[in-house]
Amino acid sequence: MPEGYGGEGFFATSLSQAVGLARANSIWPLPFATSCCGIEFMATMGTNYDLARFGMERLSFSPRQADLLMVMGTIAKKMGPVLKQVYIQMAEPKWVIAVGACASSGGIFDTYSVLQGIDKVIPVDVYVPGCPPRPEQIIDGIMKIQELVKNEPLRRRYSPEYQFLMEKYQID
Amino acid sequence: MKLDNDTLQAHIEQKAPQFVKNIELALDGTLTLETDRAQILDCLQFLRDDEGLQFHFLTSLCCVHYPDHAGREFGIVYLLHNWRSQTRLRVKIFFPADDPHVPSATALWPTANWMERQEYDFFGIIFTGHPDLKRILNVDDLDVFPMRKEYRLEDGTRTDKDDRFFGRTGNFDRRFD
Repeated sequence: MPEGYGGEGFFATSLSQAVGLARANSIWPLPFATSCCGIEFMATMGTNYDLARFGMERLSFSPRQADLLMVMGTIAKKMGPVLKQVYIQMAEPKWVIAVGACASSGGIFDTYSVLQGIDKVIPVDVYVPGCPPRPEQIIDGIMKIQELVKNEPLRRRYSPEYQFLMEKYQID
Repeated sequence: MKLDNDTLQAHIEQKAPQFVKNIELALDGTLTLETDRAQILDCLQFLRDDEGLQFHFLTSLCCVHYPDHAGREFGIVYLLHNWRSQTRLRVKIFFPADDPHVPSATALWPTANWMERQEYDFFGIIFTGHPDLKRILNVDDLDVFPMRKEYRLEDGTRTDKDDRFFGRTGNFDRRFD
């Protein structure tokens, strides 16, 4: 529970904490599953390692309705602009998790065709290394995203540091 | 119809000896015919249309690069298949690197369209007569041909690779450029 003052039938806390709590437990992810890590994600969504208990029951394949972009798998250089476009189409506040070695840094594919990490095109919040990471690792990454969401200040997306980050990636 | 390698070789040598520069049995049991770049379309058409051969199916078209063979650096390998007798035939041509032009087989087989685009994309072979020769798998504005031997495998933008971890002797903590 966030810091606050409570009593019989009420609890007083700051708005950002209350909103953060609501957002963290009902994230709508966009599974950008490209290769093997996508299969591990399917296992994570299955009954054994259920991601739905974290509030991610509803997956959205439309970026307009998603909060969290989960990039799972190898991204080719030809796919980079597509991924960037999907990220731009998401509405604020949005978070990005890079699942697997290929999304984090290109993985074992250091070649002419593979993008060496999606942070070359979009800003990433959490990296989950592994090839592929076990569902427990992916859940650990999701829990770290939840921590980020819970503690995000309400005006963060208007701050100069965030504007600088968006300019660095040439995202208007 | 039964068409084994010996019958096939005899048939080709008898009916079209002008196309045969070299004919031999490859290690995997496929008969391999080497011919000239100037005659390749006639040769493929003969192999496709002849009654005794009927190689109607172009299974694959790929390119090889031997930088050490002077005058024969690039090679194109056509793999033909006969469905009736389940026979394969491989046709090879070689040509120098300073003149990478090959007549396009698209008129004979429409499948050659994408196969030739791939060979243009990766080796830079220009197929004359191709309806739409552009890159197929790489990004459109790539200015190199990645599968040529002089192009290194690793991505050129990485700066954090340490030679020790890759079994290379060289500088440690070096910039990979």
